[in-house]
Amino acid sequence: MPMQTTVVVIGGGQAGLAMSWWLARHSLDHVVIERGEVAHSWRTQRWDSLTLLTPNWQSRLPGYEYKGEDPDGYRSMAQTIALIEDYAKYVSPPLRTRTTVTSVRRGDDAYQVVTDRGTWHSRAVVLATGAFNVPLIPKIAESVPGAVTQVTIDHYLNPDRLPAGGVLVVGASASGAQIADEIQRSGRPVTLAVGEHVRVPRVYRGRDIQWWMDAVGLNDERHDQVEDIMRARSLPSFQLAGYADRRSIDLNALTAVGVKLVGRLAGISDGKAQFSGSLRNVCELADLKMNRLLGTFDEWVASHGRDPEFEPPQRFAATRVEASPPLGLDFNRAGIRTILWATGFRPDYSWLDIPVLDHKGNIRHDGGVVAEAPGLYVLGLPFLRRRKSTLIDGVGDDARDLSAHLAAWLRAQHPPRTLAAAAQA
Amino acid sequence: MTTATAEKSVNNGVNVEALFGAKEALANAPEAAKFRWRATVKWINGTHSRSTVEGFYGLGAEHKHKSQFSFDADHPEVFAAEDQAATPVEIVLAGLASCLTAGVAAVAQARKVQLRSVSATLEAGMDIRGILGVDSDVRNGFDGIKVTYKIDADASPDDIKAIVAQSQKRSAVYDIITNPTNVTVEVA
Repeated sequence: MPMQTTVVVIGGGQAGLAMSWWLARHSLDHVVIERGEVAHSWRTQRWDSLTLLTPNWQSRLPGYEYKGEDPDGYRSMAQTIALIEDYAKYVSPPLRTRTTVTSVRRGDDAYQVVTDRGTWHSRAVVLATGAFNVPLIPKIAESVPGAVTQVTIDHYLNPDRLPAGGVLVVGASASGAQIADEIQRSGRPVTLAVGEHVRVPRVYRGRDIQWWMDAVGLNDERHDQVEDIMRARSLPSFQLAGYADRRSIDLNALTAVGVKLVGRLAGISDGKAQFSGSLRNVCELADLKMNRLLGTFDEWVASHGRDPEFEPPQRFAATRVEASPPLGLDFNRAGIRTILWATGFRPDYSWLDIPVLDHKGNIRHDGGVVAEAPGLYVLGLPFLRRRKSTLIDGVGDDARDLSAHLAAWLRAQHPPRTLAAAAQA
Repeated sequence: MTTATAEKSVNNGVNVEALFGAKEALANAPEAAKFRWRATVKWINGTHSRSTVEGFYGLGAEHKHKSQFSFDADHPEVFAAEDQAATPVEIVLAGLASCLTAGVAAVAQARKVQLRSVSATLEAGMDIRGILGVDSDVRNGFDGIKVTYKIDADASPDDIKAIVAQSQKRSAVYDIITNPTNVTVEVA
C-alpha cells in the first residue's frame, strides 16, 4: 500500500528544510525525503578547506538568524553542517532520512514518489535536490593522456591527496580559484585555464561584497525583472573565497603566488592541451564588469548621502596577463600529473520520470513553478526567483513564494467543503 | 539623466530586435540554429586563385546571397608572385576586422549607444621560416594579432571598451582564430 501525504519534498538540505517550515505554516501535511542525513552534499562532496562564500550573518533561514560572535566570518564545512542540523532541529520536519528516491511520476490523480523504502502518493512534489549534483566535465576529458590523474571537484579533498608534480586546474570561478591557490601553495606548480569568470573583491569600502549585493538590492533582483534570465541563470559563480583574513582571490592574487594563467581549455590532442587565445579578452571583460558593479555601489552610497560611513571608493589593478600566454602545453614535458576539473555542476534528474526537461537536461520552470506538471515545484536553482536563490540566505524567500503558490493551487483543486475547513484555509 | 537615456533614439543600422527574436526562437530549436557555410575556389595561375561564395544552409533551408561574391587572392612580389590580389592571410585579417566591427555595431545598438565613427587597424606577426620549412619549431601562422579600435560614440571610455570586449566574446571569426578547429581536406 502506498503511503499518502499532501506534499513530498525531495531533499533535506537548507532548501527542503525551509520549504518544510513554510508548508507547516500553511498547515500542509508533508514529508521531507533525504537520501542520507540532512545536509548530505555538504558532508560528502566538499573539499577540506572550503568555507561558505557568504558571511555568517547572511545565512538567514525562515525563522532563524545568526546570533554568534563572528557575524563577518565564514563558516567551515563542519560549522555549515552544524547550521543545517540546528535548523533541522528547529524546523523538526517530518523527515525520512536514508531514503533514496528512485522515481517520480504522475499517476491519474496523484504524484507517485517511489523510494527504496516504499512509495508515496501526493498531490504535490517539491524538488529541493539542488543544482550541484553531478560534476560537468567537458567532452575533451576523454582525450586526456592516461598517465594524467583526473579529479573532479566533488572528489577533491586537499592538495596532499594529489600526485606530486604539476596540476592543470580547469576553471577559474570560486572553486577553481580557491583550489588553484592551495595547490600552488602546497608546492605543486599550477597552470590555471581561465574562461569567462566574474571578478569581485571580497571586501569593498570596508564591507563584504555580499553586504553590498544585499544593500543595493541586487541579491533581491527578481527573475522577471532581469533582461536576459537565461544568461543570468548560467553566469559563473563569483571568484571568491571565505578566508579568515578576508582576502580576495582574483587572478592577480593567484599569479602573485606563482599560478600560471592560460586561456580556456579548448582541446586536447596527442598529449597536448590547447588553450584559447581569448585570455586577454575574458580578463578585460571581468575587469570592466567588476568596475561597473563597484560603480553601482558608489552611486548607491552617493545617492543615499552615506559617503561618511564608508571608506573612499577604490579601483583595483587590471588583471595582469602576460604578453603572449602559452597556447599549448605538452602534459608530459610540462610535468603535469593531474587535471582538476573545476568546470561546474549540473542537477541530476535521472529519477524524474516526468517529461519536463529541456534539451540540455534542465527543468523547464517559471520561477520554480513547473507549469507543464501542475503541483510540481523546484527550489534551489541558480536565479530561480531571485539572484540570491542559490544562497542559503536566498532559499527562504523562494520557499515562501512557492509554498504560497502551492497552497493556492491545492485550494483551487479542492475548494473547502466545510466552514471549519474554509476557516483553516 | 535616466530619462534622457530612455528617450534617446539610437540607430547604428542594426536590427537588434530581429536578432533578439531569433535568440529566443532558437533557444529551444537547436536544429534550426545549425548553419553550413560554403565557398568554392578555382586556381587561375601561379599563386593567384579566385574563391566564390553564394549559397549557404540555415534555419532548416538552403539560402542564396543576393549575388555571387568573389575574392581573388595572390601573393606579393617579394614572394616572387604577381601580386594580383590580397594575400590569403590578409583576407583572414579582413574577416576578423569585419566580424568584430559588425559585433561592435550590434552590441552598441543593443546597449543603446550611438556610434559616430568606428575604425580599426590590424597587424599580425608572422615568421616566414615556418611556411618556407626552414625551422620546424616555427609555426606557419600568425604569432599574434593586434587590433586597435578608434571609436567615436555617445558613451564613456569604459562603456566603449566593454562594447569591444563583448563583440570579441560573440564573434565567430575571433573564435575561429583563437580556438582550434578540426580541418579535413580530401581529394575527390
